[in-house]
Amino acid sequence: MSTAIQNSLSPPPVKTAEPVIVFENVSIDFEDNHVLEDVSFKLARGETKILFGVAGSGKSTILKMALGLVKPDNGRITVLGEEVTSLREQDLFDLRRRVGIVFQESALFDSLTVEENVAYRLLEEEHMPPGEVRPRVVEALRFVELENTLPLFPAELSGGMRRRVAIARAIITQPEVLLYDSPTGGLDPITSTRIIELIVKQRDVYQTSALMVTHRLQDAFTMAAHYFDSRSNQMLPITKDAPRDVHTTFLILREAKVIFDGTAGELAASEDEYIREYIA
Amino acid sequence: MELVSPTDYAKEWVLAVQHYSVLAARSLGNLFRKPFYMADTFQQADIIGVGSLPIVILTGFFTGAVLALQTSDTLQQFGSLSLTGQLVSFSMVRELGPVLTGLMVAGRNASGMASELGSMKVTEQIDAMRALGTDPTKKLVTPRVVASVVMLFFLSIISDLLGILGGFMVSYLLLGLDANQYWHSAYDKLEYKDVEMGLVKPLLFGYVIATIGCYYGLSAKGGTQGVGRATTQAVVAASVLILVVDFFITRFLMVIS
Repeated sequence: MSTAIQNSLSPPPVKTAEPVIVFENVSIDFEDNHVLEDVSFKLARGETKILFGVAGSGKSTILKMALGLVKPDNGRITVLGEEVTSLREQDLFDLRRRVGIVFQESALFDSLTVEENVAYRLLEEEHMPPGEVRPRVVEALRFVELENTLPLFPAELSGGMRRRVAIARAIITQPEVLLYDSPTGGLDPITSTRIIELIVKQRDVYQTSALMVTHRLQDAFTMAAHYFDSRSNQMLPITKDAPRDVHTTFLILREAKVIFDGTAGELAASEDEYIREYIA
Repeated sequence: MELVSPTDYAKEWVLAVQHYSVLAARSLGNLFRKPFYMADTFQQADIIGVGSLPIVILTGFFTGAVLALQTSDTLQQFGSLSLTGQLVSFSMVRELGPVLTGLMVAGRNASGMASELGSMKVTEQIDAMRALGTDPTKKLVTPRVVASVVMLFFLSIISDLLGILGGFMVSYLLLGLDANQYWHSAYDKLEYKDVEMGLVKPLLFGYVIATIGCYYGLSAKGGTQGVGRATTQAVVAASVLILVVDFFITRFLMVIS
């Protein structure tokens, strides 16, 4: 693990505030497979928690359960004070409007243009007049540096661009919580870094709480070791001289269970053989 | 190939019926809950109604024509060729118009709905819609149900008229029947209960087509192969269900009238 990561992690993230997401003893099976078993964790306000685990370890399922898209077999999930596990589908829509999600494969509506995709929430939920929608869409797309793609369809974009449009769609209403499902999966290193920079920007500029699923360690370590500097408008490494708390923690899943939940410093100091091998 | 136990198969079947029933009920319940997606409904009405018009016109016309042709021999044996108009109109209005239109629209639109919604399902667009705070049954299912019911009603009327016209063309041009005699017999013998039966059926068939198409689409899983499977199943299920519903509604309407 790089020394830059160690530098960033002096003060542990503040967890005193009321958590925005709470998983309590959550279990789910898919066709006789124990996908998650007694999973418990909390996401504090302003915190970014990065979920690790091998493919099929239930990382994406955690995000879907947080939104009520998938119901657990057992356990309780609370998001922004609402108990997701006890709400009916119709009652979940209000809660979902306060949470943004970036899907693994972007999940943009392929029959809508980039502009319509990004504006979706404003038009569907807030019934905003079209005159007010355009500036908001342009602003969100400018955040991901794609303001010139308004009339294009998702099929006309590259994988990285689609991912960035999905981020713009997720942040347009400035939700209280963001869920990222492998936002850099299948992308080249340069595009991945660009996406991570956007996520760091959202984390540090808007202080949005986030759960991020990834299997790319380098992305997670980049997030833990960098901060976004608004003045220079770029992501900069955290140095030993000026340590910062970027409120980023790690959660590792193995064989349906949480085997680690803590800061990057705690992760680096872990004696667990599997974890050491995982982060090596 | 892995064998499925009868118990598991029965459970899956019951679960599928339950899910379908819930979806079908919610598609109607959404009519009384905001928001209403009028633009989507009109768009679907255009796709289902206007888009199906050519096949419905052709099917209706040639069914009426062949009906006149096929029955002419038998009617002639009894010296009742003059009843051709009555037979064609009676058959078209009560049975063939709504059923054949339903089957044609099922083939065209139940498959279209299943493949469109199935593609959205396997690419997580349905989940994205739910995550963005939109109820897919309101945005996707209810507009299709409303559009199917309304458009099938009118398409059936068009099919009936074209069928009677097809019967007339054969009767007049090939069988040498008098035009007035044909139209008089076709129109005069039709009763209110016949028209009622012909107009109630498409309402139910439209509902069956849309709910089945949407159900199989929203249940699709397993990538593009799964979408293909859902599409085929939707057409088969919708077609069979149309014929089953047709039998029961015919019996029911005959009993109450």
